Amino acid sequence: MARNIKLRIWRGDSTDGGLKDVVVEANEGEVVLDVIHRVQATQMGDLAVRWNCKAGKCGSCSMEINGKPRLACMTQVASFGEEETITVTPLRAFPIIKDLVTNVSFNYRKAMEVPAYEHPKNLAPGEARMEQIDVERSQEFRKCIECFLCQDVCHVVRDHEENKKSFAGPRFFIRIAELDMHPLDTLKNRKKAAQEEHGLGMCNITKCCTEVCPEHIKITDNAIIPMKERVADIKYDPVRWLGSKIRKREGL
Amino acid sequence: MSGVFSPTRAKIKERTLRTDKWWVEPLLTFSVLISFVIYATFRAFENKYYFDKESHLISPFYSPCLSDSCDPGATLANFTPVSSQVFNFALSPALIILIFPLGFRMTCYYYRKSYYRSFWMSPPACAVAEPHKTYTGETRFPLIIQNAHRYFFYAGLVFNVILTYDAIISYRNAAGEWGHVSVGSLVLTLSAATLWLYSMSCHTCRHTIGGRLKNFSKHPVRYKLWSWVSVLNHSHQRYAWFSLAAVAFADIYVRQVSSGAWTNFYFF
Ligand code: SF4
Ligand code: SF4
Ligand code: FES
Ligand code: FES
Repeated sequence: MARNIKLRIWRGDSTDGGLKDVVVEANEGEVVLDVIHRVQATQMGDLAVRWNCKAGKCGSCSMEINGKPRLACMTQVASFGEEETITVTPLRAFPIIKDLVTNVSFNYRKAMEVPAYEHPKNLAPGEARMEQIDVERSQEFRKCIECFLCQDVCHVVRDHEENKKSFAGPRFFIRIAELDMHPLDTLKNRKKAAQEEHGLGMCNITKCCTEVCPEHIKITDNAIIPMKERVADIKYDPVRWLGSKIRKREGL
Repeated sequence: MSGVFSPTRAKIKERTLRTDKWWVEPLLTFSVLISFVIYATFRAFENKYYFDKESHLISPFYSPCLSDSCDPGATLANFTPVSSQVFNFALSPALIILIFPLGFRMTCYYYRKSYYRSFWMSPPACAVAEPHKTYTGETRFPLIIQNAHRYFFYAGLVFNVILTYDAIISYRNAAGEWGHVSVGSLVLTLSAATLWLYSMSCHTCRHTIGGRLKNFSKHPVRYKLWSWVSVLNHSHQRYAWFSLAAVAFADIYVRQVSSGAWTNFYFF
């Protein structure tokens, strides 16, 4: 059954902008992205919005709905009250381009700063064998769809623009954890780099990244905290440090 | 102008557009933690009513009782290396030891989350702009000390053993005969049990027991242990609150019994 709903959509660009009220029809079972598309088709022909799969798998339609970072294609209109006005704004941690579209290239720069997997020299590409229990921890992190909602909500950069240069963000902490836990990766000093170059110590484990992740990746418990413990092993634990000097290896 | 009000960001004047009651959780956490801190401080300085001779109950705030002012029954085999008088000042035995459980909880990953949010408002809730101008996280003194959590974890294990011993010796009657169960013995048992759950579900425990390995397949036993601890770790937050409440209640109970306000009921 169709009904009219109230929306408040942020419209503007880098110079100025504001929230605009609209009333639009919504059908049963529709998601916020559906009604935004209807607004675009019927009332605001030039409304900019990024989307692609409409299935929660491409990570394009990230925006903030009633102040919470979410995927518009996975947010049911019916999850709000009948009389409630749904407020839709662009991601507030990244530079605005137009309307609901932001410039997320910060995240791609950070991705490039994380060194890739390094294969063991004595193993030809087809010769690698890994056991399931050795890779299952990392598999959780591979579910990431790069929606960057976690990067958007993280107060380290959301509330402090100046931290962007020294902080990789939760999405890349899971990448670093994935590689550090990889049974074959041979690159040394990932833990050290996590702390000294990627800003792991800036995270105060307040868990907002985990709260917003649409893939329900336990970013804090399974990646950030284990990495903080691994860093403590090599940097802040004299007993372990001594042990690693004697046995000549970094961690295990 | 920084953060969400930076010039490059979408121009929105509200700190947050959240419409739910995001402030309830930090407010609740703040109230509970601050009440605990006030009560624990009062008790640590009170320096009495922490041991009941009749029913062999010692408060977890005062155990191990290391001061020479402790009742012999409250000590660990009369081990009292600390003088009760410091510059003519009566030193409460609780003050000697409380730094360890306090340090353990202060550096706990879960409590860090809860007090950074509720006390320091960094951030007060997700997507609610924090009031601070600058932020360096846990990279500098004093917060860099959080990295020492593992040492408090080890100390916590020692305390768990001692508090378990305290619970065991409370299964005696006034004549010192074993095999008697009172409300007090159950209260002390509950506090020790929840403390074990809290320690065993700790992130450092999970890391030490197996999380730090790169190849689980080469360490099947540690992998099994890690899997168990991971299950407990899911509920670490719950155990953190349970154990806090259980310890506080154990102290209240011992205080009431030893001051004579309550009688410790024996089932048999
Ligand atoms: S837990 Fe750390 S990385 Fe995740 S949002 Fe909070 S501060 Fe950012
Ligand atoms: S970790 Fe989750 S929230 Fe972050 S980018 Fe990946 S899918 Fe999105
Ligand atoms: S459109 Fe692909 S995740 Fe929403
Ligand atoms: S993480 Fe909470 S006690 Fe270790």
